[in-house]
Amino acid sequence: MVTCVNDAMFPETGKAVVTLLRRLGVDVDFPTDQTCCAQPMVNTGYLDEAVPVVRTFVDAFAGYDAIVTPSGSCAGSARHQHSIVARRAGDPALAAAVERTAPKVYELSEFLVDVLGVSDVGAYFPHKVTYHPTCHSLRMLGVGDRPRRLLENVRGLRLAELPAAEECCGFGGTFAVKNADTSVAMGSDKARHVRETGAEVVVAGDNSCLMHIGGVLSRQRAGVRVMHLAEILAATEDSPTGHAPATSPATTPTTSREQL
Amino acid sequence: MSGTFVGMPAFPEAARAALADTQLRHNLAHATTTIRNKRARVVGEVEGWEDLRLTGAAIKENALRDLERNLLALEASLQANGATVHWANDAAEANAIVARIARSHDVDEVVKVKSMATAEIGLNEALEAEGIAAWETDLAELIVQLGEDLPSHILVPAIHRNRAEIREIFLRRMAGAGRPAPEALTDEPAELAAAARLHLREKFLRAKVAVSGANFAVAETGTLVVVESEGNGRMCLTLPEVLVSVVGIEKVLASWQDLDTMMRLLPRSSTGERMNPYTSTWSGVTPGDGPQEVHVVLLDNGRTRALADEVGRQALRCIRCSACLNVCPVYERVGGHAYGSVYPGPIGAILNPLMKGTGVDEQTDSLPYASSLCGACFEVCPVRIDIPEVLVHLRGKVVDGHRGDTVPKAEAVAMRATAWAFSDSRRLALAERASGLAGRVLGRVGRATLPGGRAAAGRIPGPGAGWTGARDLPAPPRESFRGWWQRTKGGRS
Repeated sequence: MVTCVNDAMFPETGKAVVTLLRRLGVDVDFPTDQTCCAQPMVNTGYLDEAVPVVRTFVDAFAGYDAIVTPSGSCAGSARHQHSIVARRAGDPALAAAVERTAPKVYELSEFLVDVLGVSDVGAYFPHKVTYHPTCHSLRMLGVGDRPRRLLENVRGLRLAELPAAEECCGFGGTFAVKNADTSVAMGSDKARHVRETGAEVVVAGDNSCLMHIGGVLSRQRAGVRVMHLAEILAATEDSPTGHAPATSPATTPTTSREQL
Repeated sequence: MSGTFVGMPAFPEAARAALADTQLRHNLAHATTTIRNKRARVVGEVEGWEDLRLTGAAIKENALRDLERNLLALEASLQANGATVHWANDAAEANAIVARIARSHDVDEVVKVKSMATAEIGLNEALEAEGIAAWETDLAELIVQLGEDLPSHILVPAIHRNRAEIREIFLRRMAGAGRPAPEALTDEPAELAAAARLHLREKFLRAKVAVSGANFAVAETGTLVVVESEGNGRMCLTLPEVLVSVVGIEKVLASWQDLDTMMRLLPRSSTGERMNPYTSTWSGVTPGDGPQEVHVVLLDNGRTRALADEVGRQALRCIRCSACLNVCPVYERVGGHAYGSVYPGPIGAILNPLMKGTGVDEQTDSLPYASSLCGACFEVCPVRIDIPEVLVHLRGKVVDGHRGDTVPKAEAVAMRATAWAFSDSRRLALAERASGLAGRVLGRVGRATLPGGRAAAGRIPGPGAGWTGARDLPAPPRESFRGWWQRTKGGRS
């Protein structure tokens, strides 16, 4: 699951996930019927509108061993909110389909650490980086220190501690525009903490949060870049940008099909 | 005498005004950070805190499931102990009962223990209309009352004030309410407290009638419990001849044993203390000791409405500890007044719509959206109220309330269009191609370049202004991920 935000706005993150998973020997597919996890509708209160979107989701991802997504928020939505939408629809078939897909959804760091059992993905990123744990990955999924462990194993990377790291950045989906003033006030404090670290790059597992933090940093002319965790983990000495190579490296594909 | 929340604007507008108050931002950040860290420290000491939370949640859940039986048992025990029990459907009924009792004793004043229920029903204003002065005796409530201000926090209602402001209020207003503040008053906390002590003591000794709420009401023994830090509550609960307690029906606990769990959860969660300083319990009338006429007003005022909401009813487990306020990044920045209720913060954002109902007014309907859904509130709640879950549920109710609108809101139109595009990947692909084109335009005219080289839009007018007022927006890429995947056959060509 690339997610709608990454598909439309941050394709490089999706490409990085493909690169990274293939490098680790995973058979990656992107079912092109996928669209969105329906979180924007659900979290704004539009549950009826979310029903066909969830239907599209479960149809697109039926039959795969694992559904991997570079977003804690979208993983949380699929795992915790799809059943609410199915209940609203009053459709037992949809509810059953949700029960099949929901447990197979993994946020990227969960999939790497828990399913593949790796915390060193062979990445190289010689920069000073600070890590913002996004709220849904932290509190909804409980990814804990998995992203940190992955970052700590990246060669060349210097990890700077982010003050008040676990405090929300203020994005919050439609909150960012419905309550723009409060959202920006929170984002400004997050940006201040990022600047205090002196890091060149702020990394997180959700591009929507990063779009907000990066937007504030850019307006402040802070000169700090935002990057998705996947792009750092995909970067190597040979491919510093980490973006997808034209061909898959010669690794032994697993027999399972993992799905992006 | 004190302000009122009536006529408050919707949350986004109220928040904008609060955010502009830099002194308020500083006061709140300092106070909430201090109390939040204190809570984290003392909660961290307790082995099995998570189990204790589960127990607390189960106790309240069971009490609510058997609410009718528990309330009737409470009434019977209270009556057996010599108390008079009154039932009030709403604020007006409760206020009328308290006023009638006060009038029957020919008093023109009552002293009050800090109480959320009486603040909720606007008792002070109702008594004032009857010619009865209701004196707040909790230090923070006194500051709010003298300042003709509004409470902005459940536990520390004057959290938005600093000590210099409090000195001003005491010097200017105490004389009008009783014993004046000493002329040489400074802003030393000890001096401020001493001035309040002298001012209040006259009232404690004079008052014939006291009004309180209760943190808990134990059904099996007919015992009301007040948990406070100053001892001023105990003065009110023991000195006057008559005591009237207004108690929300969700405060009932089945047994004395249940209280034990609550008393372990509450102080650590609220003030960050291991043990509560002043815990007063009384079971009706004790002959020759304390108030000899005891009334209990059991208050609904929307609680049964909340109870009828399958998802939202968990909010009635709330023990008013304020841990969710202190940890909330939204509350920390906007303060309590923006929520337009005596119940601010995350719990207020669900409790108000649950008790008043959605679709009643715009202000109440704006509250479920006053959250980024970060989940910090759920994490600290001692009775495990899943506030984010209830917020999302209530947003659904707000939207459902507008489904019959003849002219749908712009947001509804946008959401339906987005959902339509997201229901079929071919439609989404078309939208992405359009956004890619927009990206090329933005990339040309965009004023900013993000670190890393990507073009970005600065301030743009129209619907984009909400985002770009203070945040740059990356220009959409020329090619979506989907486009890339299809063009390169999954990155292989």
